Amino acid sequence: MKAARLARRNVLHRPLETGLSVLLLAFGVGIISLMLLMQRSLTEDLDRNIKDIDLVLGAKGSPLQLILANVYHVDVPTGNIPLADARKIMRHPYIEEAIPLAYGDNYELFRIVGTEPSYPAHYNAEIAEGKMFEAAFEVVIGQEVATATGLTIGDTFYSAHGLTDGTDVHRDKAYTVVGTFDRTGAVIDQLILTPIASVWGVHEDVEDADEEITAVLLKKKNPLAILTLPNLLRDTPMQVALPAIEMNRLTQQFGIGLQTLRAVALLIMGLSFISVFIALFASLRDRRYELALLRTMGAPPRRLFALVLFEGLWMTVAGIAAGLLLSRLGVMALGEVLQDRFHYEVTQLMPVSGEFVLAAAALLVGAVAAGIPARSALRIDISNTLGQGR
Amino acid sequence: MLKTEGLRYQYAGADTGLTFPDLHLNKGDELLLLGASGTGKTTLLHLVAGMRTPTAGSVTLAGAPFSALNTAQRDQTRGKHMGIVFQTAHFVRSLTVGENLALARSLAGCAPDAEVIKGLLQDLGLGHKLNARVDALSVGEQQRVSIARAVVHGPGLILADEPTSALDDANTDAVLTLLRNQAKRTGAALLVVTHDQRLKDRMSQHVELNPTS
Repeated sequence: MKAARLARRNVLHRPLETGLSVLLLAFGVGIISLMLLMQRSLTEDLDRNIKDIDLVLGAKGSPLQLILANVYHVDVPTGNIPLADARKIMRHPYIEEAIPLAYGDNYELFRIVGTEPSYPAHYNAEIAEGKMFEAAFEVVIGQEVATATGLTIGDTFYSAHGLTDGTDVHRDKAYTVVGTFDRTGAVIDQLILTPIASVWGVHEDVEDADEEITAVLLKKKNPLAILTLPNLLRDTPMQVALPAIEMNRLTQQFGIGLQTLRAVALLIMGLSFISVFIALFASLRDRRYELALLRTMGAPPRRLFALVLFEGLWMTVAGIAAGLLLSRLGVMALGEVLQDRFHYEVTQLMPVSGEFVLAAAALLVGAVAAGIPARSALRIDISNTLGQGR
Repeated sequence: MLKTEGLRYQYAGADTGLTFPDLHLNKGDELLLLGASGTGKTTLLHLVAGMRTPTAGSVTLAGAPFSALNTAQRDQTRGKHMGIVFQTAHFVRSLTVGENLALARSLAGCAPDAEVIKGLLQDLGLGHKLNARVDALSVGEQQRVSIARAVVHGPGLILADEPTSALDDANTDAVLTLLRNQAKRTGAALLVVTHDQRLKDRMSQHVELNPTS
């Protein structure tokens, strides 16, 4: 019988001690791995959505809110700006590309955004079925919207006012679905896109609503744009915000919380190794007769060392595996919440490179934690142990 | 099979050492070592088994020097050539009866032959305990399984340390008969160490150990 197999039988024979060690390690590894997975998902999502947008023009207010609302579509907009004023910036020689966005209403909490075909083009969103919107009240819907609402080409629907719920429905003008986008992985998947004219059309009862937009996504031609534009806007109700800088600030604020969580996870992992260590030491005291017996049956000391080491490694490997599994269950659960709350997808389950480092480090520490008791198994005096007859 | 010459052992801190009579056993021989407690009979058994290194003298096993080997070599040689029945039966508790026997065979370098193990357990009236947990055995059953483990790999020398001290007369007879039958079946030499005077009449060859100085 191989030492590894006997070791597995031995750890399974002590389910409580083994269970505690495995559970602690699983939680430690699980939390860290969950953080790595979420971090990757978040970073990828953030980057995918920023994609070459250098500046966002919108109404004055919190720059972070401006970015969140208009790049990520998760917050309420800071307000509207007159299209005529925005045009001056859009045509500025330092600007290469300018995509206007006009917030409309929502349909089943999916945002209706008035824009131009350059917006989906920026995110490489291809038409999956149907065609691009042309006339007012034609819409093209993202993949997520199509799946969640069941809308297909030719369907019509009424929008609900604002971004919150479906209580105040505009019954006068119906939107018609003329196309769907392929999945992009960017926030477009969650949007209903329509010409800006539709958004103005719905609210034409409100007098000063026409010819206003919510924001403009800008791509600079000249780096000086970042310095020049804020000056141009100083005395206007408009501002420009830099997505990269705002998101950086946001993740840094997350960072403190994440660091605390990581410290807690490392602490739990540390405890789990102590638990492996204690479990093995206690079991050795309990089994010294058994180990001496193995020696008399022909197992040299190095095999006892291997046996105890393998017992520790079994627990470590089980803990790591359980932890990686746990984090994926966590991602799926969290992903569901995020998707329900923010129409946001976090379902990437592939291993992150950090997880390999994590697993290797845990294995190494586990081997050390098991190695110390294993060394003491080398020094068992079989004659004394068996002579006392217990 | 076994030859000891001038074996002496002195415990650390003891004033005097223990001196032991020379032993010589051929295959098929059986010998009873009788001695009251304090005569060092377990020490002698452990010297013979290579579990302790003699202060002086030597042990020769199957024609080769045994006591001069290093620890790991002695462990492996012992596992291959000897089967030991201890006073108290102990097993690898995570394994079943059958697996404990298979482990003894594999540590001795024998193939794990399921038929041999099954047949041996049946001989000892334990055929139905093949897959039993060792914790679930009675004391008598445990002693029989430990005899099975001592012979399952066909060793040339069987050592038994006080195999009957905890047993009543009927069980003493049964255990001794088992040991002798198994030794005879495999042609092994049998060395029994005990203070149990009941065995004196049951085994022809015996050596009395006296408190030595």
